[in-house]
Amino acid sequence: MELKNSIPSGPIAEKWDKHRFDMKLVNPANKRKYDVIIVGTGLAGASAAATMGELGYNVQVFTYHDSPRRAHSIAAQGGINAAKNYQNDGDSVFRLFYDTVKGGDFRSREANVYRLAQISLNIIDQAVAQGVPFAREYGGLLANRSFGGAQVSRTFYARGQTGQQLLLGAYQALERQIGAGTVKISTRHEMMDVIVVDGVARGIVCRDMVSGGIESFTADAVVLATGGYSNVFFLSTNAKHCNVTATWRAHRRGAGFANPCYTQIHPTCIPPSGDYQSKLTLMSESLRNDGRIWVPKGKDDDRAATDIPQDERDYYLERIYPSFGNLSPRDIASRRAKEMVDAGHGVGERRNGVFLDFEDAIARLGRDAISERYGNLFAMYEKITGESPYDRPMRIYPAPHYTMGGLWVDYNLATTVPGLFAIGEANFSDHGANRLGASALMQGLADGYFVIPLTIGNYLARAPRMRVGDDHAAVKDTEREVKERLDRLMSVDGRRTVDSFHIELGKLMWDACGMERSAQGLRDALKRIPELREEFWSDVRVPGSAANLNQSLEKAGRVADFMEFAEVMCHDALTRDESCGAHYRVEHTTEDGEAKRDDENFAFASVWEFKGVGEAPVLHREHLEFENVQLSTRSYK
Amino acid sequence: MKLTLHVWRQDGPNDKGRHERYEADDVSEHMSFLEMLDVVNERLTEQGKEPIAFEHDCREGICGSCGMMINGVPHGPKSLTTACQLHMRTFHDGQEIWIEPWRATAFPVIKDLVVDRAGFDRIIASGGYISIRTGSAPDGNAIPIPKADSDAAFDAATCIGCGACVAACPNASAMLFTSAKVAHLGLLPQGQTERWDRVLAMVDQHDAEGFGNCTNHGACQEACPKGISIDYIAQLNRDLIRATLRAKPVEAGKDA
Repeated sequence: MELKNSIPSGPIAEKWDKHRFDMKLVNPANKRKYDVIIVGTGLAGASAAATMGELGYNVQVFTYHDSPRRAHSIAAQGGINAAKNYQNDGDSVFRLFYDTVKGGDFRSREANVYRLAQISLNIIDQAVAQGVPFAREYGGLLANRSFGGAQVSRTFYARGQTGQQLLLGAYQALERQIGAGTVKISTRHEMMDVIVVDGVARGIVCRDMVSGGIESFTADAVVLATGGYSNVFFLSTNAKHCNVTATWRAHRRGAGFANPCYTQIHPTCIPPSGDYQSKLTLMSESLRNDGRIWVPKGKDDDRAATDIPQDERDYYLERIYPSFGNLSPRDIASRRAKEMVDAGHGVGERRNGVFLDFEDAIARLGRDAISERYGNLFAMYEKITGESPYDRPMRIYPAPHYTMGGLWVDYNLATTVPGLFAIGEANFSDHGANRLGASALMQGLADGYFVIPLTIGNYLARAPRMRVGDDHAAVKDTEREVKERLDRLMSVDGRRTVDSFHIELGKLMWDACGMERSAQGLRDALKRIPELREEFWSDVRVPGSAANLNQSLEKAGRVADFMEFAEVMCHDALTRDESCGAHYRVEHTTEDGEAKRDDENFAFASVWEFKGVGEAPVLHREHLEFENVQLSTRSYK
Repeated sequence: MKLTLHVWRQDGPNDKGRHERYEADDVSEHMSFLEMLDVVNERLTEQGKEPIAFEHDCREGICGSCGMMINGVPHGPKSLTTACQLHMRTFHDGQEIWIEPWRATAFPVIKDLVVDRAGFDRIIASGGYISIRTGSAPDGNAIPIPKADSDAAFDAATCIGCGACVAACPNASAMLFTSAKVAHLGLLPQGQTERWDRVLAMVDQHDAEGFGNCTNHGACQEACPKGISIDYIAQLNRDLIRATLRAKPVEAGKDA
């Protein structure tokens, strides 16, 4: 597997401009001769489809939802970063770049991150012009707030529904192109595999989720915008259907998978209330702007929060990190919360949370101001827990939330399979070992609106054309493999439900490869996962038929892929014998208990090559050069 | 608590369908409504029966996937709450619960509680956007927008496209959905250029999809989990009248 990152030469601030000039263009009249497939309609997929349709390509887009607007980007709450410096507080493209590289604990690629920071400016303009109702000040100009890991206010937001509003903007742009006929959409179609002909991606095989039909679609290029894999843990803040299948199937067909062990744990989620828990709900990180995090100083304190006097409270983030306090980055805030709960300071009936308290903010700003900022989040919290955050503190606990790892891509967002691209959370590119808050929306839209529509042209203009008909042997073979796998799932007819396996795998992964990892725990997991996979394939029960809507079968296919993917995730965590960002190996900590990097041996992206199910994957390394940001130990004290 | 469920089961679009009765024991008050259905489905699967098909995804009340009639009310008894955010503490031990899909000609049943809402997407595709080419936008602060206008646009834009408004309406009208988008875009300066064409196109598409007309029952507003006001329908109607009157002379000129 060859890893050519295609980073343009020259000073960092000029790389993207230079690259745009060097790229080969497709003549406007020729664009309609090219077919492009896009899988997924979240921020990255919808914005890419809309923009490429506008440019004149023949775009076909696929989603397993009933409508493109349902993609999980819709649930992002807090905001989107952009280096506009509207607040005149010292922000700049370079500062956003610097903060992102540092926040990622020096495990991302400088050139990509710099481009992301540059493009952030255009995203806000684009969204405003589409009618995205960002928060505004009384003078009518855009408002900003601050967010974890930054000391400037550069986050644009739409109450606690920023993802929804940005996705609706992209969705409307997409629907406009669908109406205009430049983009065709297939809803309720799940991608089951990539068609690769002579090493080049030429299409996908889908399952029509209503009829159960297996259908092939061919094109000149395939773009995966299929999100992340946090649901490998079963309990995460991801939507229930989020899965690894598209990227995993691409990996099995030759696409390198980078840094699968980089999974982010979000510090502010609602703790589980029982064994039936189906998913976890995130409470936006923006709450940390005004909420203060604390636990009782005493252990197993049964008193109500309001009965605990100030001097018996430990505002531990403010104590340990006086300069960033409650706005410490996500990985740090998460680990400290776990420590407090593990040490017996947990709160709530199940003692599985810490307090996030708004009492001071309400006293200082008034109830109305707090309601204006967080009203919908408070309402959501109350619906779920039956408790009002206006009257008593929220209870929060970390939960899997976002995956920095993903398909390896070069500067052009191309995977190691020619013709196959990955954008948004599905790729590994910009966040290193830890993503800063409000950067996921930025990256998804940067990739979709501004990067892929250009770089794909560069690929198409240079790649040799080849028409692959529906009856091509590779198409038929891939279809047959997909059908055989589905038949196999239907025919096991065992005793256990799909969910029972998913829950078991999730718990195993959370314990071994969650917030903390140890060599021993990972080795044990690597022994256990193949056994569990074996049990799955011999004892799972999928009721109903494959020839119509069958939600059990859909889940079974996804869980089967998680069972394979979990192994490479543990291999990655075991091989990366250092701590960095969200990857926390208990063997490697500083005296303060922070992640201790080993730049000498691990300043690289780990890129895994698939060698077969149950076979050890092969590691390739992309070495990371830091020419503009000096490697340093992160300190938020 | 123990509950008795009567769930609409329908194998496919052409199946007649029927209610089936299930006993749900050991329901915790902390469960969400969908978690309660998950538990019922696990049990059905263990018994070798097909689980109840229902749509869901984010389970945070924002994706708009879930939606079912719960005791005859879209999303169930709690106002401003989607089915996924409804918690079992709203019900009491021994209660009987009737669970059915959205009922509307324009939302045909696919299976059990799953309906086809693609008509909503086609209404948006007919004009529910601002035509702005990627990359040609002016600076985000180039046009100040009064906060009140921006907030009002936001209130309309919070629609999650779940379809509860249609399910609640005796005419199965999608006017609340359509008007929310017309109002969101029409309240912003960026949306003015296409304002009149937009409302005409979207209302045409709404009618073509087979949704009924609005006769001001107001049931949609009550059912809307996001609290979208029927004032937006009034606003749509004002725009529609103006757009219709404006359109005439141009058309007349063409005819001549």
